[in-house]
Parts: sequence; structure tokens; C-alpha cells
Amino acid sequence: MINKKAKINPDIFEENVVKTPTRDGFGDGVVDAGRGEANVVVLTADLTESTRANKFAEEFPNRFFNVGIAEQNLASVASGLAAMGKIPFATSYAMFSPGRNWEQIRTTICYNDQPVKIIGSHAGLTTGPDGGTHQALEDIAITRVLPRMVVICPCDYEEAKKATIACSRTKDPTYLRLSREKTPQITTSETPFEIGKAIKVFESKEEVADVGIISTGILLHKVLKMANELEQNGTNVEVLNIHTIKPIDERAIIELAEKSGAIVTVEEHQVAGGLGSAVSEILARNLPTPIEFVGVHDQYGQSGNGEELFSQYNLDESAILEAVQKVISRKV
Amino acid sequence: MGNISDEKVKELQLKATDIRKSIVESLTEAGSGHTAGSLGMADIFAYLYFFALKHDPKNPDWPERDIFVLSNGHICPGLYATMAHAGYFRVEELQTLRKLGSRLQGHPHREYLPGIETSSGPLGSGISQAVGMALALRIDEGKTTNRFIYCMVGDGEMDEGQNWEAIMTAAKYRLQNLVLIVDRNNIQIDGYTEDIMPLNDLKEKFESFNWHVQEIDGHNFEMIDDAIGHAKSIFDKPSVIIANTIPGKGVDGFQRRPEWHGKSPSKDEAKNALKELRTLHGQIKCDQLD
Repeated sequence: MINKKAKINPDIFEENVVKTPTRDGFGDGVVDAGRGEANVVVLTADLTESTRANKFAEEFPNRFFNVGIAEQNLASVASGLAAMGKIPFATSYAMFSPGRNWEQIRTTICYNDQPVKIIGSHAGLTTGPDGGTHQALEDIAITRVLPRMVVICPCDYEEAKKATIACSRTKDPTYLRLSREKTPQITTSETPFEIGKAIKVFESKEEVADVGIISTGILLHKVLKMANELEQNGTNVEVLNIHTIKPIDERAIIELAEKSGAIVTVEEHQVAGGLGSAVSEILARNLPTPIEFVGVHDQYGQSGNGEELFSQYNLDESAILEAVQKVISRKV
Repeated sequence: MGNISDEKVKELQLKATDIRKSIVESLTEAGSGHTAGSLGMADIFAYLYFFALKHDPKNPDWPERDIFVLSNGHICPGLYATMAHAGYFRVEELQTLRKLGSRLQGHPHREYLPGIETSSGPLGSGISQAVGMALALRIDEGKTTNRFIYCMVGDGEMDEGQNWEAIMTAAKYRLQNLVLIVDRNNIQIDGYTEDIMPLNDLKEKFESFNWHVQEIDGHNFEMIDDAIGHAKSIFDKPSVIIANTIPGKGVDGFQRRPEWHGKSPSKDEAKNALKELRTLHGQIKCDQLD
């Protein structure tokens, strides 16, 4: 059942649940952050409106910089601003930043320990018709490998907004992964958010669970729908929302594995290097547990709409169900 | 600036010679590192740290300081030697260059050594960072800021496309407090710049990107002084000084030879180099050498 403490949207299972893109959460959040802190600045690489940096640009024109289609420059100009005390949010598409400018992010931001926030919009298959070139499926892997980098993948608008404001208050280099598509509002303004702290959104009715599902990003909505169905059919499920991939909430993951003895990870990203890898690393060290991975398996995306692509690449409800059944069957 | 005295020039020449000796000694002790560019920029390093920069070696984080960004991080032996002689740390520490636990990393790391403004090594990102720094000063102090951002790049480094992204950005925002110094020494690892990837007329290139451009002899203190003074007086444009230098300057055997880009002297080579450096600027006559 839905964990009451998570204070999630009561309409979550309704057909007409409100849908808003996570990039809007960034756009609104960074304006709030900018009002609260004069050192917040925003940069973009010719994607002002697409990344929703436009509201900030309108309100704070002197703290907004458009560097043109030049993501390498974007990252290092942001580093220079940070060196002088600013808190820069560098916005682009995930495929280009951190995709194209990874070395600049490594050297001039992370190695250099500058508090730049990399905003990667249009991540994942939901970028849709633009096709495989524009669907970043490797961005979590290449950012979480960087020492010092904090990696956040919000599940909805509210969480993206909270993550934006929260990371504006830290000194850590941070990657914030966002989506283009409108997606269901899962959380509310009341839902707690703390960087690095997983949220238990769905709770087993009993002391133990048959399966634990660990999800990051917008697929959480499908996970919750399936958890609800499974529960109605007598399977006890517990669901963790891992909005922060790094530093990951190891304790919450180990506790879930203890409680369920079977884990499914769900992400709109390559399993290799993504959430699936991150969870495996923790459980292999602490509590070896059967795991099934819902995610992209060593493939590129293609044109199509989000739902079509979720089916095509086995990230849909039936794929989650199949993974749950499989992992339960593997329990000893 | 722009009116340097003969006494000051003499003093800077002697400083540059001290810096060159320390470069040879520290690279020899390290057993690896980049000799040619370090020696070639010694005069400009001396000019910046002993005359032009607003800085305080005893208080490297002084909030009023000018900022120096070394984009071509591989010539840090030159920067380290200059900083040591300027009083940031003891000259003896130069002997730890490139060794385990040293503050003098093979390429500079700002967290290891106070006074290093940014970590660098992978080429092409320094101008971008300098642009970001200049933009931050613009926000905080407006266009009339009297703090300057100096950035040094190598000519081979200009092959990196990111430089040109940054050069466009600096012109767009008319960053008048940005002074770029290009080390035009015509060599890079694989050979001569014009063979590896022709840069052709750098002056023309910068002018077409709407920068203020000066071209000088990078070993002539009067010209360096004049150019820096002029660069600082320019309004509404970023400024670049293309400094023609001799790679390996000061030691005949190292000069103008691409193979000295990325290697350090042997003990014998160093011994001869140090003798030769003693004769620079007439400090000692050749026939007095032991």
C-alpha cells in the first residue's frame, strides 16, 4: 500500500492524473533558488526554452548567459563562474551535457571541485521522435563514475523542483537528469526530499515483502501501478524511489533486500552503469540477493513516442511484472 | 605599465634567469615534464608575477587579486618556479615536482597548491574558465572593475575547438577585463605547429573574432610591458597578446626543437644548461665559466 509518510498525490492511480514535465520543475525551482540566493546564475547552450531556463532568464537577465551551441565551453565557463563564488546551473540536453563535454565536467568541475550544477534535459527514451541520437541512456553511468559528483534523477515535477532548490544550497558538483515529456505528478509539495535519502513510496502490508522494487526517475509511476496490482493479487511489494543515484542510500537498499530477498531495479537508462549496476554493487558487497533489471540492455533508442518505446525496449508495465515474477521464482 | 624603467627590466631579466635555472633543476630532478614551453614563457611569467599582477604570495586568496589562469597546464614547471621565487613557497620545494605527495603535481591542481587558480592539463578549457571568471566580475563589480583575468594558452593548444567557442563568447560579452596571452612558439608534441595543424595568421583570426590583438616578442620586457598596458586600457573588447617566443629559450641545445616539448633534461644536459643560463643577460662572462 502507498506509504502515507511519503504524502504522495492521492490521484496517482486516476486516469486524469496531472502530468507535467520534470524540466518544468527545474525551470520553476531555479527561479525560486535565484530569488533566495543572488549567486545563482544560469547558463544555456542555445536551449533556453527547451530546458525551461527562460523564466530565470526573464527575471534575472544579468545572471543568465547563452554561450551558443557549445557545450564544452558551457561546462568550463560555468566552472569559471563558480571559481568566483557563483552557483552556476548549466543547462542543455543530457546527450550533449554531460554527453559531449564529459572531460570538461571531469577536469574543470569535479577534479577542480567547483559547485556547478549540470542540468541534462531530454534524457531517456521519452525524448521520443527525435530518435536515438537524442535519447541519452548513458548519462547516469558517465556522471556517477566521477568522484565528487552528486547524481539526481527526479521522478516528477515536484521532485525536480525540490532537487533544484536543494542542490543550489550545496557546494557539490551535481548532475540533475530531466525529461522532456509530461509525466504524472507522483509526489506533492508535502513529500519529504533530502539529497541522498531514498523514499519508501509503497509499503508491504506485512513485516516481510515478496519483492522489493527500486526505481529512479519517471518510471516510478508505472512501478507504483504494478505494485498496486500485485498487492491486490496477493503479492506483497515494497517500492523505493531512489532519486539520488549518488550518494546512494545504501542502508535503505540493504534493508529492502533483507525484507524482501528479491529485488527488481527499474530505470530509463542502460542497466550497465546505471541504477541496476549501483544497486548490484551494494548488494554484492553486503547482502547478495537475486536481482532482475528493467532498463535498456546495451542498445540505442530510435524514433517513436515514449509509450511505444517503453514497450519496444521492455520498460513497460508487463516488463516490470515479468521481472517481478522471475525474481520471485529465483528466491531460495 | 607601458613605461617600464631600465632598472626594472634588468631586475626582471635576472628573475627570469633564476626562474629558468629552477625550471631546469626541478625538471631534471623530476625525470619527466615539459621543458621547452616552460623556459619559453619564463620572461612573461617573471613580468606577470614580479610586476603586473595584483597579488599577495602570503595571502593567495586575497579577494582583490588579479586572476591568472594557466590553460597550458603542462608548462607548470615555469609557473611553479615563478611562484617559488615570488614567495608563495620555498624554492627547495621545487625539487618535489611530480613526486608522490608533492603539492607540485605534474599538471597543476588548485587544491594541492594555494595560488593555483584552477586545475589544468587537458588542453583548451582555460579561456572558457577565464570567460566565466570575467563574467562573474561583471556581475559583482560592473564594467568598471579594476580586477583583471589573465589567461595563458599555448599555440598548439589552439587546435582545440573549445578555444574558439570561448573566444566567441568573450567577444559577445565584450570582456574588457580579460587579457589572453598566446605562447606562439611554433611547436607542439608531434612537431612544428604549421605542419601538424596550420594555425596560419593567428592575428587575423583573432581580429575576425572581434578581439583587440597585439603581436610581440615574448622575450622583450619593454614590448611585454607596452602590450599589457595597452591591453588593460582597451574598452569594450577582450584583448589578446600573441607572444612570439623561442621554445627552450636560454639554452641553445633546447631551443626551437619540438623534441624538447615534452621531455626533461638528463643530469649532464642540465649541467651544461645551467652553465649556459649563467651567461644570460651578461651576468657572467663565458670565459669565467668553470
